[in-house]
Amino acid sequence: MAEKVLTKAASFYDVYERKSGAHDVTHYCPGCGHGVLHKLIAEAIDDFGIRDQTIFISPVGCSVFAYYYFRVGNIQVAHGRAPAVATGIKRTHPESIVISYQGDGDLAAIGGNNILQAANRGEKITVFFINNAIYGMTGGQMAPTTLIGQRTTTTPRGRTVANEGFPLKMCELISTLESPIYVERVALTDPKNTSKVRRAVRKALRNQIENKGFSFVEVLSACPSGWKMTSVQAKQWMVDNLLPQFPLAVFKDVSKEIEPSERSKVVFSTENVNELLNIPSEENIRTDIPKPLTEHQNPRIILAGFGGQGILMLGLGLAQAGMQAGYHVSWIPSYGPEMRGGTANCHVILSEERIGSPTVSRPTVLVAMNLPSLEKFESQVEPGGLIIYDTSLINQSPKRKDVNVLGIPATEMADNLGNTRIANMIVLGAYIAYTGIMPKDVVVDALPIFIKHKKLIPLNVQAIEKGMAFVDKNNGHA
Amino acid sequence: MSEAVGLEKAKVVIREDECKGCNLCIEACPEDVLFEQKHLNRMGYHPAGYVGEGCSGCGYCFYQCPEPGAITVYKKGYVGEEVA
Ligand SMILES: Cc1ncc(C[n+]2csc(CCOP(=O)(O)OP(=O)(O)O)c2C)c(N)n1
Ligand code: SF4
Ligand code: SF4
Ligand code: SF4
Repeated sequence: MAEKVLTKAASFYDVYERKSGAHDVTHYCPGCGHGVLHKLIAEAIDDFGIRDQTIFISPVGCSVFAYYYFRVGNIQVAHGRAPAVATGIKRTHPESIVISYQGDGDLAAIGGNNILQAANRGEKITVFFINNAIYGMTGGQMAPTTLIGQRTTTTPRGRTVANEGFPLKMCELISTLESPIYVERVALTDPKNTSKVRRAVRKALRNQIENKGFSFVEVLSACPSGWKMTSVQAKQWMVDNLLPQFPLAVFKDVSKEIEPSERSKVVFSTENVNELLNIPSEENIRTDIPKPLTEHQNPRIILAGFGGQGILMLGLGLAQAGMQAGYHVSWIPSYGPEMRGGTANCHVILSEERIGSPTVSRPTVLVAMNLPSLEKFESQVEPGGLIIYDTSLINQSPKRKDVNVLGIPATEMADNLGNTRIANMIVLGAYIAYTGIMPKDVVVDALPIFIKHKKLIPLNVQAIEKGMAFVDKNNGHA
Repeated sequence: MSEAVGLEKAKVVIREDECKGCNLCIEACPEDVLFEQKHLNRMGYHPAGYVGEGCSGCGYCFYQCPEPGAITVYKKGYVGEEVA
């Protein structure tokens, strides 16, 4: 900024084009502290010359529209999640200056865990926490920071310790953690305190510019509308009520002792993600596999049984092999309350089209490895679909007449191979043989990816072959 | 208007259309040279005004004002463009 003049910072847009209504004034109420903190941040961004690097994360709350004003990179995020988004941005763009700007409802209520975890991880971000002791945007409900006795729309007779507990003191909490390097509470009251806010804003940004660590500045700020008073009264109310309960102090500052350090940059390239998820590269994806009969195409599968039967592994194997076979695939385990009863189930989709939702509510294929699973899911199977069930453990056949049924004594067959836990692969073999969805070699190729113990692979291959042979002998190819 | 030589005296310029009439600048001014004007601006607020002299250029009003563009303070010796 030019010397000898205090005026609108260049890091604000000249004209707030994104805003509706007047394009030259903010949407904030008269006397609102947000505007002042915005000015101090914009001024610092100007002075440090970091406009091109800065990414400003706006919260949910009155400052939701900060991106109307700041001429920097902007992201507006879900309620309370600014520290999580800031983490992702900072780690993938370590050269950027990431500002998480949050109100007290956002940061201390719905986002309480997010901020603690980010602070504890020592994310190299700068957090500006506007504490106005109330939910401003939604019309003045109690916040975790609301004072004892303070009247809000949800504490019409005043907050009481008995009902709502004590005001949450975020600086005090965060400064007990080891990772944060700078934690200070300041207040937008008189010019003297405001100049301390200015200093804190600059320090917190400088810490990030110098690659030091997590900086947290809590700014006590007026909300005349929420407090139902004039702007001038609101300032006095802060001095009389907020400051005694939220003492101004530097709670932690080790920024001088900290050596600048860089986190290794996280690169989200397609190659990296493919490698992490074992996604076969294009050239390894088979394109020569004939389509199965219409009724078996694009299956939506529920696999269910006891925990320990390898249900989730069976689903994974199917999805992995399906991927190699050229399908879009999804696999999602379902952890319902029934987990406690020892049952497990997962949903698998193999599709020629991109998959919208990975959950399967109308399966075309049900694999039931125990009776409760058959009873639970039988009615959901699409007419014309397929039920595969383990006749070793289920001594009644499915009641449905409008579906295909394949019963296979998978557990006994597995026992004959010397390991009952291999029943899942017998079923996999039976499924591919019955439907012709993919040839054996695709599944065998995929085995090393989802089976960690390599010496078990031959047994798995044997099991798949047994399952296939059972179908060939008893049903012929469908 | 721009001036070739530095300003002889500090001064404050208030853009009335951007003022929300919160009076925080008036409260903060140690020289007592700001006041609430009688008329209403386009938003229906009584905008703050400058009596025309006596500003020391301390900047208190600027840092109390929540509106980014409402107040500009020129310090003594300022050279350059001025806001309208
Ligand atoms: C997930 C979700 N829950 C609740 C809301 C409603 N909501 C909007 S703003 C807000 C509170 C904001 O208060 P604070 O963070 O103190 O910010 P202020 O408005 O006071 O600046 C709430 C609860 C929402 N938008 N999204
Ligand atoms: S409701 Fe409160 S926090 Fe929101 S803009 Fe108005 S004064 Fe500011
Ligand atoms: S700069 Fe200082 S003296 Fe001048 S009007 Fe503002 S507060 Fe008053
Ligand atoms: S502080 Fe700003 S908005 Fe408030 S009265 Fe003064 S000029 Fe107007």
